[in-house]
Amino acid sequence: MPIQIYTIAFYTLLEALRNRLTWLIVLIAFIAIGLGGFLNELALTESKQIQVALMAAFLRFSAVFLLATFVVTSMVRESNDKGLELLLALPLPRAAYLLGKLTGFAVLALIPALLFGLLTIFFTAPAQTAMWTISLVCELWIVAAFSMLCVLTFNQIMVALSAAMGFYLLARSIDTLQLIGNDPLAAHTASQQVIQFVVNACSAVLPHLDQFTRTEWLVYHTGNWSALSMLLGQSAIYFALLSGAALFDLYRKNI
Amino acid sequence: MRERPISAVPKSALLLLGMAFAFQILWHFKQPAPQAKAEDLTPAPSISTLRFASFGDPVALAKILMLYLQAFDNQDGVNLSFRKLDYTKVQDWLARILELDPPAQYPLFAASRLYGEISDEPKQRAMLDFVYREFLVDPNHRWKSLAHATVLAKHHLKDLPLARKYAQAIRLYATGSEVPNWAKQMEIFVLEDMNELQSAKIILGGLIHSGEITDPHEFRFLEQRLSELENRTKNQK
Repeated sequence: MPIQIYTIAFYTLLEALRNRLTWLIVLIAFIAIGLGGFLNELALTESKQIQVALMAAFLRFSAVFLLATFVVTSMVRESNDKGLELLLALPLPRAAYLLGKLTGFAVLALIPALLFGLLTIFFTAPAQTAMWTISLVCELWIVAAFSMLCVLTFNQIMVALSAAMGFYLLARSIDTLQLIGNDPLAAHTASQQVIQFVVNACSAVLPHLDQFTRTEWLVYHTGNWSALSMLLGQSAIYFALLSGAALFDLYRKNI
Repeated sequence: MRERPISAVPKSALLLLGMAFAFQILWHFKQPAPQAKAEDLTPAPSISTLRFASFGDPVALAKILMLYLQAFDNQDGVNLSFRKLDYTKVQDWLARILELDPPAQYPLFAASRLYGEISDEPKQRAMLDFVYREFLVDPNHRWKSLAHATVLAKHHLKDLPLARKYAQAIRLYATGSEVPNWAKQMEIFVLEDMNELQSAKIILGGLIHSGEITDPHEFRFLEQRLSELENRTKNQK
């Protein structure tokens, strides 16, 4: 099975490279440099901080958007071309197919993460850049795994991509939503309690992505390895959870 | 896959494309130029709204909001005087930005050096008071803006008691080693200007004997200053 996983991962990565995704990633890097330079000129003080903060936010979101879009479109195209049926007609376990795809996407995520991380090294301490980059890799892996789960579930580009982006934005805002929901001054009506319960339930099942790839690490050098190790733990658990859910969905599919 | 030549495109389609493009350009230049107007700054949203809108990245949002707020002095091609801005709203925005990004110096820099330097005394005082209040939240980190506010109070507003209040706050609360001695000594010079030589002498003497002054040149300068103050006190008597 490892050889089959490797083969599928290799061709997934090859497809991404032939899709000119790398060029797009490089283009985004150049746009970020230009945007950072422009904002740097606007600032009266803390110009370097403004430059790195906005560049990092832009790069992080771009990386997430590109990866999610690629995962969704590539999987849907494969499904429409009956590639999945063809592969599963071979003596290939469904798990090998899924793990191969996940491995390919995971390796692909390293390209934007490393390139974008490299850009931030010009503005901050190397240790902080390293933490930011590792955290971005984890964030991208979670997004890739969730996007894949969405494709297997919905099998349509629009729905899957919307669900993936919705998941990402909710996971980045869930802490704030929880804080707002748990406001002691809020009215204690039944509807308020139901909403609070829903928000708390979402918080329990979502990864708190606002803790990942924090801009303040680059701006104020507040990142530390112990916080990063917690993120690595959370990423491992959530990646396993999403892989499990995707496997569950794939094995139940009537193909 | 090679594309077909342009000649393969029907002439009507080419005509439509060319005309639509020309009309778009024409339309753009027929529109009146944007009129500069003293547009009111909208009220700052609540901190909860801003935190939600930041999607987990409050620092980046704070930085972009600071540039947005700063742009309000330069709208639609003309410089809008700071005096035309609603300073309550400006303060709310600055406070929100500081809440999103507490270590940032930019909001207080803008408060003291941009919004605090206008020739509208009530607004200037309100902005300096804002700097003072925010200084008290994190004195060792925010003393620079209050030091500038002290200078403004002394030279622009000619309000020495106010300048002393700010300088005293720096001496009393900004006690960290990162705060330079000149900032901690500002109160002495304000007191001298207020002709409160006895108070100035006490503070200066206290500073010299506190052991905080380690530089021999600075120590000698302050001792000289103390002796001058003593002479002036004697002459006053």
